[in-house]
Amino acid sequence: MRSYKELAIKMLFTVLAFSSLVFLAGIVFVLFKESIPAISEINLFDFLFGKYWYPTFEPAEFGVLPLILASLEVAVGALFVCVPLGIGSALYVNELASASQKQILKPLIETLASIPSIIYGFFGMLIVAPFIQKLFNIPTGLCAFSASVVLGVMAIPTVASISEDALSFVPNSFKEASYSLGANRWQTLTKVVIPAAASGISTSVILGMSRIVGETMTVLMVSGGAAVIPKSFFDPVRPMTATIAAEMGEAAVGSAHYHCLFAIGLILFLITLVFNALAEAISRKYRIKLGLDR
Amino acid sequence: MPVKNNDVRIKAENVDFYYGTHKAIKNISIDFYNDKVTAFIGPSGCGKSTFIRLLNRMNDLIANAKACGSIYLDGENILSPKADVVKIRRKIGMVFQKPNPFPKSIWQNISYGLEIQGEKDKKKIEAVVEDSLRKAALWNEVKDRLRDNALKLSGGQQQRLCIARCLAVDPEVILFDEPCASLDPISTNKIEDLILELKKNYTIAIVTHNMQQAARVSDFTAFMYLGELIEFGVTSQIFTVPKEKKTEEYLSGKFG
Repeated sequence: MRSYKELAIKMLFTVLAFSSLVFLAGIVFVLFKESIPAISEINLFDFLFGKYWYPTFEPAEFGVLPLILASLEVAVGALFVCVPLGIGSALYVNELASASQKQILKPLIETLASIPSIIYGFFGMLIVAPFIQKLFNIPTGLCAFSASVVLGVMAIPTVASISEDALSFVPNSFKEASYSLGANRWQTLTKVVIPAAASGISTSVILGMSRIVGETMTVLMVSGGAAVIPKSFFDPVRPMTATIAAEMGEAAVGSAHYHCLFAIGLILFLITLVFNALAEAISRKYRIKLGLDR
Repeated sequence: MPVKNNDVRIKAENVDFYYGTHKAIKNISIDFYNDKVTAFIGPSGCGKSTFIRLLNRMNDLIANAKACGSIYLDGENILSPKADVVKIRRKIGMVFQKPNPFPKSIWQNISYGLEIQGEKDKKKIEAVVEDSLRKAALWNEVKDRLRDNALKLSGGQQQRLCIARCLAVDPEVILFDEPCASLDPISTNKIEDLILELKKNYTIAIVTHNMQQAARVSDFTAFMYLGELIEFGVTSQIFTVPKEKKTEEYLSGKFG
């Protein structure tokens, strides 16, 4: 009797543990299945490098290059915001803040991460975009630049908290060694602590990047939505995620448009997969380097 | 005692130290003699590490800690708030309980101390790297792999690397805080031989849990208990005819 019960419980937990694998496999399967027709209908080269995304024209054109470039442009711009601010706050919290400041700052930074992205979108539309429109005197504030700013702020907690973890993993003994040799605080920070945490910090940037590339709601609201190859940071753009969100509702099921949107999803999935694998590989290497593993 | 007063390198007078409100060091006065080894023994938590960490102001890194009294090195009070901590730490090097090489190459570990002083002369750095590694009896083991990561070395080699790193900045005094606590007996032997060799040119203080080690390497021994310096004297006297009852009890293993 008892052994049946144990077996049942074990089975239950096994099923639970493997369920996420099932979901992952299911998602990947559907992504591929729905994408393949797109690639067979339009050839892969025209799809990836086509300069025009006119899904509703006659004849329709499905070149995702403008969308990929828009995603890249917005992501690179956002990095200029989240990297200095995120790493800067991590350094401050870890090295300079007093214990009581730390207690306030860390949760505050993490609260940024808990704000729903639609709120960021609102904020971007109503405050950032008009401000940037006035500041640079451009026709519309809904552009790559505004999207970069808002996304950059959104990614600060990712960069800050993972960087801060990396910094706090640096053993105190390294700092003691440095101080005991007559190094000052700045030298210890730049020559010992930051190099020792470098791979952790780069992991944080990659994960931040992955968050930025995958973010949908905010870019949908702030980036402007023009599916053309961006020429400057002040052009309206349409990143990949925004394209899917905006067009999926209108695309007829089974149409070329519909399959192309899935294919865009597949590209996004592959990009974030690569980012996450890269982050994982780097952080593993970093643990070994500090002698935390093995 | 075969020492004269002008042989005193460091003079500590009425030193108190507090962690918050807890008084960890109670009114310690002690002299460290030129080119001699002074060992600190005593049960765990008696304040021996805390005390030697006062000598190079390592306790500055602890929040809410406070030191009173004076410790003189070359006529300057180390504990004074106006003292130049960087200068003090260059004069008084330290080797820690757990080997703590930087996760950099063997070469970079040694050159670090010179780089932070702004030394750019490649030739000079090269000479110091070799010289320090030779003094630490490590040169022959690592001369062909100076670019390797220091963490690849064995524990004993890492500790000798830390000693070499400390020698590279040319200190006058070296503090050893239980340098063999995490090492095997063979590595421990090598470190002890090294300490005996180094005392020809450096004033040394060593904290140890190992009484045989204190007897083997030191000229003077200080016995501490509950933050107080119970007895200080020539090592052979402390180990054979201790004056204080507490010292005798500790040495005979009645507590500790």
